[in-house]
Amino acid sequence: MPSRAMTGGRTALLVSAVLLCSFAARTRASELFVSNEVDNTVTVLDGASYRIIATIPTDQRPRGIVETLDHKAVLVCDGDSSNIDVIDTKSLKVIRRINTGPDPETLAMSISGDKLYVSNENNALVTVIDYATGKWITQVQVGIEPEGLAVSKDGRTVVVVSEETSMAHFIDTRTWQVVANVLVDTRPRVAIYTPDQRYLWVSSEVGGTVSVIDPKSHQIVHVINFDIPGVDRQYIGPVGLQFTADGRTAFVALGRANRVAVVDARTYEVKQYILVGQRPWQLSFSADRGKLYVANGLTNDVTIIDVSSLKAVKSVPVGRLPWGIAVIP
Amino acid sequence: MRRAVVGLGLLTLSLWFGVSGPCDAVAAGAAAPRAFPIVYLSEAYPETGIMPSLLETHPADEGLAGAREATAEINTTGKFLGWNFKLYVEILPAGADVAAQSRRLFARGSLVIVADLRADDLLKLADSPAAKGSLILDMRTTDDSLRQQDCRSSVFHVLPSQAMRADALAQFLVEKRWTRWFLLQGPTLQDAVYAADVRRSATRYGARIVAAKNYAYNPGSRRSDTGYQQIQTQMPLATQIGSDYDVLFVADETDLFGDYLPYNTFAARPVVGTQGLIAAAWTPAFQSYSALQMQHRFDLFAHRAMTERDYGGWLAVSIVGEAVMRGRQISPAGIRTYLRSDNFLVAAFKGQGLTFRSWNQQLRQPVLIAQPLMVISMSPQNGFLHPGNTTDTLGFDQPETQCRLAQ
Repeated sequence: MPSRAMTGGRTALLVSAVLLCSFAARTRASELFVSNEVDNTVTVLDGASYRIIATIPTDQRPRGIVETLDHKAVLVCDGDSSNIDVIDTKSLKVIRRINTGPDPETLAMSISGDKLYVSNENNALVTVIDYATGKWITQVQVGIEPEGLAVSKDGRTVVVVSEETSMAHFIDTRTWQVVANVLVDTRPRVAIYTPDQRYLWVSSEVGGTVSVIDPKSHQIVHVINFDIPGVDRQYIGPVGLQFTADGRTAFVALGRANRVAVVDARTYEVKQYILVGQRPWQLSFSADRGKLYVANGLTNDVTIIDVSSLKAVKSVPVGRLPWGIAVIP
Repeated sequence: MRRAVVGLGLLTLSLWFGVSGPCDAVAAGAAAPRAFPIVYLSEAYPETGIMPSLLETHPADEGLAGAREATAEINTTGKFLGWNFKLYVEILPAGADVAAQSRRLFARGSLVIVADLRADDLLKLADSPAAKGSLILDMRTTDDSLRQQDCRSSVFHVLPSQAMRADALAQFLVEKRWTRWFLLQGPTLQDAVYAADVRRSATRYGARIVAAKNYAYNPGSRRSDTGYQQIQTQMPLATQIGSDYDVLFVADETDLFGDYLPYNTFAARPVVGTQGLIAAAWTPAFQSYSALQMQHRFDLFAHRAMTERDYGGWLAVSIVGEAVMRGRQISPAGIRTYLRSDNFLVAAFKGQGLTFRSWNQQLRQPVLIAQPLMVISMSPQNGFLHPGNTTDTLGFDQPETQCRLAQ
């Protein structure tokens, strides 16, 4: 028995040495980190084979998920545990927990990566946290059930949308004051600036629309509607939003309509609907933006869309109720 | 309570009619808020008796707490858009003549009323000459009659009707292929209405009533040490029938005996209907579609679980908020037109926007299928189709309506 144990121990040592070396050299391809709201896990998928590399236990109800600028960590909000799990992208382990206050739904990083903006869903707050120390800088009172966050490229504005109040709130990052509130259609979920920063798009899940807002005048300049033959209008629930790098094309996840809309971002014309899994939620791009990843909440999988051909290439299983996806190149 | 209504008199209605609507974007704190009154009208109905279960309670502020929570919520939006909604609470004494006692409310003109009234009182209010031109949001009733022959053009119904509930359960049962029903009907008029709805649902969805029985249970004192023995004898007796069935469909709208049925039936069959597996707009166990956040907010506010009547109050006030702030309507007539239009939609934790049926002003909505601790499903079920809106598979659809609204 002792000898067998020794052998086992040696093998383990050897394996971990090899693994350590490979981690140090970072030979792994890109990876997808998918938050599974019901499982309390983050699934890590290999960016080439889409096989599951690891399933990382998190705290309770992981939803909002982003990668840091240096790609060393992935941060995930644990709504029912009032903290952010910091996942080390090398060891694939939670290495730190940051207290966020109650019910963090999602988060965004500041442009320089020094601050975290967190929406506290139950408390109508945005909490601003110093990433290095985990200390709270301030809390900003916004509408009820704040969710999606967007940060302007100049770093001066943070936008948060509040689901119950149906507004996009513009926060000045120098004063931490709300400087404008724009009423959008019912239950806004996600806000995103166009790559040229000229517009802010806000998806409204129950309203079934996307509002295009001029962030200077704070006026809605256009409202995008979706009309899918054979699908009842009440099932069209826009949530996830992404733009191609050139800003010409937008992708909109349509929730229970089980499709991702392809929208011409200049004419606002809907060009195509791509059938994906059930209840597509958040969207993320691969590092080269050649692939679009879709988290399908009800089918527990991620659909991979080829951006050039606008075709769903495949769907791969992840955990239960996938919410969002962070991508490490 | 009375004081609040006197306060209402101070508001000149001309102050809030004809004001231009709010802008899309308002800088925080830029405009002085405009007041908008909403009147919550109820009656201190006497308790009908002791509930069969100690867990079943009727909080004193049931319904009102939901309306109050929604007022706080729409004021959060209002704060940003320059509106201040004020809920004036008027609770009439038990047995009050609603038409006479509410007359003074309308001294200054027409109003937006959230009515936490029973069907007969709601009709008296709607038909009172003083209430002409006012808008009434019915947050409480489920009566079919108010959505059919007794519909009124000034009244909008928030909670699902009895027929919608029967259809919601029926779709669930048909989806499960539990299509042989034993209908056990209680003694009240409302039980008869619901039993008729169950028969209608069976016909609509291809189920069969294999047996039907009337049952007049005498609730007695309900507090007896021998109670279990009594119930254990009575319920099997009441449910012993010659034919086999899949589910017992109970019609007991006043909670006289239905809760005694599960596990006490003669045959080993589940109980559905007004007790057992029920159809509801809301239960404290519901957590999908952001309902979890609503349950949490309500608990923080009222320090108790949110009931369906609370949800009705929340929804009625939220609808007013939508009409004023998104629809930019400030007169009762303008709000009515907006609520009937394609532009109106309210989010209420059902995963889709809710709208009103034009033919009887019933809010169309998915309906929860629930047992006490768990929501089991939500109807309409997959596969039940409709040329317009699938939620119109629940309740009285346009071709079946007996409602003739005076425009």
